[in-house]
Amino acid sequence: MLAAAFTDFMQQVVSGLASGGIYALLALALVIIHRSTGVINFAQGEMATLSAYIAWALIAHHSWGYWPAFAATLVISFVGGIGIHTAVIRPVERGSVLRIVIVTIGLLVAINGFVVWQWSGEPQQLQSPFGTDVYDVGGVVVAAHDIGTITVALGIVLLLGALFRFTKVGLALRAAAVNPEEARLVGVRVSWMLGLGWGLAALLGAVAGMLTAPTVGLDPNMMAAVLIYAFAAAILGGIDSPIGAVVGGLLIGVLLNMLSFLSQYGMFDWFTEELRLPMALLIILAVLLVRPHGILGRPEVKRV
Amino acid sequence: MALLEVRDVTLRFGGIVALDGVSFDVEEGQISGLIGPNGAGKTTAFNVITRLYKPDSGEVLLDGSSILKAPAHKIVGKGVARTFQNIQLFRTMSVLENVLVGAHGRGRRIGPDDAYEVLDVVGLRERALFPAAALPYGIQKRVELARALVAKPRLLLLDEPAGGLNHEEVYELGEFIRKIRDDFELTVLLVEHHMNLVMRISDDVNVLSFGRKIASGPPARVRADPAVIEAYLGADDEHDDDEPSPNGTPQVSDTVSDTEREDEA
Ligand SMILES: Nc1ncnc2c1ncn2[C@@H]1O[C@H](COP(=O)(O)OP(=O)(O)OP(=O)(O)O)[C@@H](O)[C@H]1O
Ligand SMILES: [Mg+2]
Repeated sequence: MLAAAFTDFMQQVVSGLASGGIYALLALALVIIHRSTGVINFAQGEMATLSAYIAWALIAHHSWGYWPAFAATLVISFVGGIGIHTAVIRPVERGSVLRIVIVTIGLLVAINGFVVWQWSGEPQQLQSPFGTDVYDVGGVVVAAHDIGTITVALGIVLLLGALFRFTKVGLALRAAAVNPEEARLVGVRVSWMLGLGWGLAALLGAVAGMLTAPTVGLDPNMMAAVLIYAFAAAILGGIDSPIGAVVGGLLIGVLLNMLSFLSQYGMFDWFTEELRLPMALLIILAVLLVRPHGILGRPEVKRV
Repeated sequence: MALLEVRDVTLRFGGIVALDGVSFDVEEGQISGLIGPNGAGKTTAFNVITRLYKPDSGEVLLDGSSILKAPAHKIVGKGVARTFQNIQLFRTMSVLENVLVGAHGRGRRIGPDDAYEVLDVVGLRERALFPAAALPYGIQKRVELARALVAKPRLLLLDEPAGGLNHEEVYELGEFIRKIRDDFELTVLLVEHHMNLVMRISDDVNVLSFGRKIASGPPARVRADPAVIEAYLGADDEHDDDEPSPNGTPQVSDTVSDTEREDEA
């Protein structure tokens, strides 16, 4: 009984980490844009969906291999992210936050419409690059796709961390986000850095989208729920903390699975899968009320 | 030819004329003081020179060529660096990172070695890995200075570097500014309310009042200039002469000590 419970527990942890890895990627994208542009990018999910469709189209219609299509999608998404910043964000960047938010909502609708128009709303199948193998590790079923997802997510996070910490452009990106005016005076081209931030966010979204599609099926609305979980992750970790986004993503993935686990064993037996999304919203609300800057964010200090 | 030439610069903010046809030169290798009562337009002049503000009319020439066409991010590449009256650091970044990013605009790659070199100059090597925001005010000012120096500027603009320092520290700051002027082959434009400091180390002083230049010349002459005394006395009306003035209104007389802004930090 206890051994079985432990196996079930580990099962939920493993699959929670896999979905959490995806939330972490998208949450990181949200944090990067929030730090530089100062808004939540509501189109982040749709941008990821579009990227996943591009990968799928390259594979299904143009007979590309998976990894070349993956790499090409990253490049296209990165450039596309910069393009979105230049074309629709930059013109309103100096305006109120509300204006930018409205533009990102418009972007959400536009991209969603474009995807349906281009590829129809029919669900499609994007394969997993890691195959469909499952392993039995002491009773815990581990899918190759889950292992691959966790590995890729962590790899990307580490790469990005190294970029931010150890490269000249990473330093400039952070400087532009923290203090744009002063960044300009030390020679940083701030508008480029903001564009670069959007490019990186789009790239992160592309990875998240390509890793999500194999498990839920590629369809125009597949990222809607993931975006909510990513919001929860970003808020929980601290909306301005990249590390917080990653920690928050993994936590949300595992926490929600813990509820499933506990309900299996009679606690919280009212909890069903339908309540996952409302739970995420509850977490957002709770964090905003109790600790608005999240676990790893810094409380905003206004200097008088 | 002067290194920096400000020519007839006017800048209005709505009804306020922050700079009203201001002209002055800064000769290469000199320390040049820019003084005036609160609101005279000193910081605004810095903001024009560093391209944060665009003047309504006038010219700013560096080495004889206009810099008003260059965007702000190109200014450091032309050899102009500055510090701020209200400290502007990258608060979430470490001291070392703040200094490293200061070299961003210099094209050539400046590594941690160069950063540590200037940290030595300002005596902050041990604090290199501290987050900038966690440091005391006076230390943060030195970080700002290190960040400006690492860019190897020709012209260094210092906006009230003595703010928050005590009498002795102000004296040391004066020696320090002279030293970096020599060691880094700088030209310095210094905005400061500590009259004794300005008068002691400046080769040349320009005085602004309500956006206009009212005097210029060597320190001794400027300090005796009736228009200057008048400007400061006028500004002084609101204050008790003996009290440290909270907003930094300086005094021009010889008898005034440098202690007046001790309380600021
Ligand atoms: N961005 C701005 N918008 C509107 N008015 C401004 C702005 N910047 C400066 N001013 C005004 O321009 C005038 C000159 O200000 P400035 O900051 O240049 O004075 P200052 O000589 O640096 O004074 P202080 O010694 O107090 O620092 C002031 O009346 C100020 O209120
Ligand atoms: Mg000022």
